[in-house]
Amino acid sequence: MSVITDPVNRAARALPAWPIYVGSMGYAGWLLYLGLTGGLGVDPVKGLEHALGEAGLYMLIAGLVITPLRKYAGINLLKYRRAIGVSCFMLVLFHLITWAVLDVQRLDRVWADILKRPYITVGMVAFILMLPLALTSNNWALRKLGGADWRKLHKLVYPAAVLGAVHYVMLVKGIQIRPLIFLGVVLILIGMRYRWSKRG
Amino acid sequence: MAYRWTNTLKDRDVTDENLWLNRRQLIAGAGAGLGLAAMGRPVQAMELEPNSWEDITNYNNYYEFGTGKEDPAANAHTLVTSPWTVKIDGLVDNPGDYALEDILSKMTIEERLYRFRCVEAWSMVVPWNGFELADLLEMAGVQSTAKYVAFETANRPDEMPGVRYPTLDWPYVEGLRLDEAMHPLTIMATGIYGKDIPNQNGAPMRLVVPWKYGFKSIKSIVRITLTEDEPPTSWNKANAREYGFYSNVNPEVSHPRWSQASERVIGSGLFAKRQDTLMLNGYADEVASLYEGMDLTKFY
Repeated sequence: MSVITDPVNRAARALPAWPIYVGSMGYAGWLLYLGLTGGLGVDPVKGLEHALGEAGLYMLIAGLVITPLRKYAGINLLKYRRAIGVSCFMLVLFHLITWAVLDVQRLDRVWADILKRPYITVGMVAFILMLPLALTSNNWALRKLGGADWRKLHKLVYPAAVLGAVHYVMLVKGIQIRPLIFLGVVLILIGMRYRWSKRG
Repeated sequence: MAYRWTNTLKDRDVTDENLWLNRRQLIAGAGAGLGLAAMGRPVQAMELEPNSWEDITNYNNYYEFGTGKEDPAANAHTLVTSPWTVKIDGLVDNPGDYALEDILSKMTIEERLYRFRCVEAWSMVVPWNGFELADLLEMAGVQSTAKYVAFETANRPDEMPGVRYPTLDWPYVEGLRLDEAMHPLTIMATGIYGKDIPNQNGAPMRLVVPWKYGFKSIKSIVRITLTEDEPPTSWNKANAREYGFYSNVNPEVSHPRWSQASERVIGSGLFAKRQDTLMLNGYADEVASLYEGMDLTKFY
């Protein structure tokens, strides 16, 4: 049908999804290696924390792009979505562990930060919203829940993505453009879905 | 009138990094047997180990050159620091535009090994070279009605890529109460490790107020104004709830974004333990009297 979409769809049918897991976990391992060997600068804790959080945001956006690509461009990458989502969750989990264990270091202070600091509260809520999605990203859970309920549950990725981006906007000092671009992209990708559902 | 406050280390005009490293080994090896007592100075700061030149010059908050910690090191080379003129005005007897070299010819440059604590809850130890701000203010002739000192950073869109974005209301401005400005711990830094201060650290001349959060120590100063009223300060204008005028390092006053009870020590690696933050960044003996009777949770 199209010179672009057909080869892409053919390639997508041929290429497996598992390299996404290998790639994202490999990236996390590479960051850890860099942090241990001076490759993340003189403050490796923050370097690792920020790089993992940002990777999580990129993966959230990658996951949100799949449906619009199919609807608007006819490119079907649906088979990669689970790998993207689970990898995203793992990166965000590593981000959280880096923050709690290597940065804050004490459970009482971790808890105090979650309660007292709004940008951390927001990030934590985003993580908690992602938890059931990660736990049900397997065929067994999909069968148990049934397609309709599973899809409903997985709409939690929308608030999770918005809160993840808001967390980034809130944590920077002053007015900075980069986190606002992340938030804008997330809002546009979610907004696109509402336009279809209104059109039916 | 320099040397009002004496460093805990032997005086020297130039100490390069290798000497520091040797000294560190000597301290580690020989303990107290080095005639340290003969210097007759407090021992506390003997324990301070300066961060490396690499640490100090590659981890900077200088938003005029970008918001990333390594942006200033990458971008600040475009700042033209010579010639440099500092306007001194307001409530002074000798207002005017002062060439930096004329100022420096009248000042005594000393070395000051200070803790440096950022509001973002990280810290370093920096061997500054500089002169006491009090000497500069005395040269300008502070009038009796002056109560505050306002400072302003250069604002040069052609040389500072960051000021093209509205991250803050440019130019960057800061201020001190006059007694804080006159305190012997307060210096104008012009060097680090005996070398000229690099652009990313605030060349050619910056303020260093070691008991306050780093953002008070304004960089690349082009104007100093003596005022009767408390001057506006950049971060306070951006977010008054988070950044007060005083911004003294205080582990007991929590910031809305960061607990200030402890700090990450830059250069100590991925698995280093956080360090407890000291009241007034360890300078309480010297400066706590400035705030006697003030509620520091209110005047944060």
